[in-house]
Amino acid sequence: MDMALEIAVAAIKIFIVVNVVQLVVAYTIYVERKVIAHAQMRLGPMRVGWHGLLQPIADGLKLFLKEDIIPDKSDRIVFVLAPVMVLVPALVVYAVLPFSATFYITQINIGLFFILAISSLGVFGIVMAGWASNSKYSLLGALRSAAQMLSYEIFLGFSVIGPLMLAGSMNLQEIVHAQSDVWFVFYQPIAFIVFFIAAMAETNRAPFDLPEAETELVAGFHTEYSGMKFAFFFLAEYANMFVVSTVGIVLFFGGWDGPDFIPLPGFVWYVLKLSVFMFVFIWLRATLPRYRYDQLMRVGWKFMFPLVMINIFLTGFLKYLFL
Amino acid sequence: MVGVANVSRIEQQSTVHGTEELVINMGPQHPSTHGVLRVILKLDGETVNDLDCDIGYLHRGTEKIGENITYTMFIPYTDRLDYIAAPSNNLAWVTAVEKFFDWEIPMRAQYIRSMVGELSRIASHLLWLATHALDIGAMTVFLWCFREREMVLDLFETAFGGRLTVNAFRLGGLHEDVPDKFLQLTQEFADLFPSRIDDYETLLTNNRIWLQRTRDVGIISAEDAMDLGLTGPIIRGSGVRWDLRRAKPYAAYPYLDFVVPVGENGDIYDRYLVRIEELRQSTRIIQQCLEQLPGGPVTCKTPRTIKPPEGEIYHSIENPKGEFGFYIVSDGTTTPYRVRIRPPSFINLGGLKKLCVGQLVADVVAIIGSIDIVLGECDR
Repeated sequence: MDMALEIAVAAIKIFIVVNVVQLVVAYTIYVERKVIAHAQMRLGPMRVGWHGLLQPIADGLKLFLKEDIIPDKSDRIVFVLAPVMVLVPALVVYAVLPFSATFYITQINIGLFFILAISSLGVFGIVMAGWASNSKYSLLGALRSAAQMLSYEIFLGFSVIGPLMLAGSMNLQEIVHAQSDVWFVFYQPIAFIVFFIAAMAETNRAPFDLPEAETELVAGFHTEYSGMKFAFFFLAEYANMFVVSTVGIVLFFGGWDGPDFIPLPGFVWYVLKLSVFMFVFIWLRATLPRYRYDQLMRVGWKFMFPLVMINIFLTGFLKYLFL
Repeated sequence: MVGVANVSRIEQQSTVHGTEELVINMGPQHPSTHGVLRVILKLDGETVNDLDCDIGYLHRGTEKIGENITYTMFIPYTDRLDYIAAPSNNLAWVTAVEKFFDWEIPMRAQYIRSMVGELSRIASHLLWLATHALDIGAMTVFLWCFREREMVLDLFETAFGGRLTVNAFRLGGLHEDVPDKFLQLTQEFADLFPSRIDDYETLLTNNRIWLQRTRDVGIISAEDAMDLGLTGPIIRGSGVRWDLRRAKPYAAYPYLDFVVPVGENGDIYDRYLVRIEELRQSTRIIQQCLEQLPGGPVTCKTPRTIKPPEGEIYHSIENPKGEFGFYIVSDGTTTPYRVRIRPPSFINLGGLKKLCVGQLVADVVAIIGSIDIVLGECDR
């Protein structure tokens, strides 16, 4: 009986989270369009609803109704499977994200490890999409993407080790509790910089958006996709942005925990911090040009890799001395 | 010898694994080929081994049309060559035809021609900067540049009625004097524009990513550039101080004070800096034109039917994209016997292969952007 109840509660939570995530993602796209528009001295969406507020709904409807084209020469099964392979890991990760002290779907002791493991599955979907499309632009985009995401996963993985050593746990809730006095970003500035850059590369955001560099590769790995399959890639990208932002908040900015003198619920703190993260993502996209493929790799392996290694050694050394 | 050994080893490997070059068709419908240029790329991974340009998608037989209509009627056709900077083309045609005669073009017309020519240079360079930056991924510059280009087009509209195809000048001067409002709005624009150039530079000039993408990419030496006949900002970017406004002055340029900027390395970044400085110099020229603008008539006495004497003539001017010339053969009738256009885009595009081979795919779009082609004049 208890077990049935637990499953029911979990199912409700999953239902809420997945649906809220989809809606929030849709509105993040709206916010992104608005913020970039104002950075560029224009208005952005204005027609559908008050100040274009219904635009995401209209866009979603449009993508639903669009003809779903599968190219003749493509590998049909893989072509259909690829968007699912990208979106599902992006959503599964939400299972362990702590939205507040009490609201989370589940809590496991290897939470951080789980996130890294699952989110790295997304790259398979991208390679599958590029290969199955049987298009040269898609293939080039997918190859770039695979190389980029695999390399930057390594830096992402290493950059979280610093905070992990300080917290002494992989449980995301415990990492948040460990920061109740000081946020880890003050102890671990180098790790945070590496984490943030790697997170941008990991989610294919500007200035690291080469896999879908529209001016070179038309649209990269999803050139041949249309309708809901295309929407899946789109949703996955933004869902991944939320995941890396949340992980960043949990590891470096005290998660849902805020300073005591401002009494706000944990969830509000989380949303505030998340908004700042997302705004920085959008802001960078409006400002920066795009890196070239080989430069991206050079930045990663020659600059970030040594940096994050030094950080791990330094953290261990100082921890041994002072704690 | 080491190089040879390496090459043979690579060849051996490629036969073992059966690898081959990837042929990619870029364009004519591609976001970064700036019109309907088609480039066939042969890639080894992401490196360009060879490339071939396929042009002619916008061929309209402009030269042949020129043989069948009068000298005056051809002016609107020149609008459609380099449609980004239409008044410059008009200027090239009218000055070329005027070379047949010994007309005294009034100074007011000359100054307005120079001023509008520089406005069209600004319009052209703004479109170049916008799309070039967008190719490299900086999308905000795109819209900022279009905001100012819109102002320039509004100026054209105030003076001549047209925005894109302006049909600005006539043989012997102007159709009619420009309205006072045009001069006033141009003054406002010239006062405002330098600060806007600073804005673009804030986003790009010292941006590390921009530097990495443009420095030491697409280098062409001064000798190669001269051998290929490249002109305009490309050859100036390679350090050759060649500007027809100085070398063979026309319109009011002999009386105007301006600097011809040159680069050092001949890479994309130098071409960028040259064009940015040209934007500033153009603004300076416009300011001077407004200060020195004399009064008086805007057209000289011309015969009702234009019948140049038998003979041939070549005249070229410094268009935003390079040397833009007309070679006209006259048989003494009202229509030219032959019109030949020297399009800077076509000849500059000839340097594309030299610039691109050995670079990466991502650089190809940057290099095409830095050459600044417009297919209307390339295909004619």
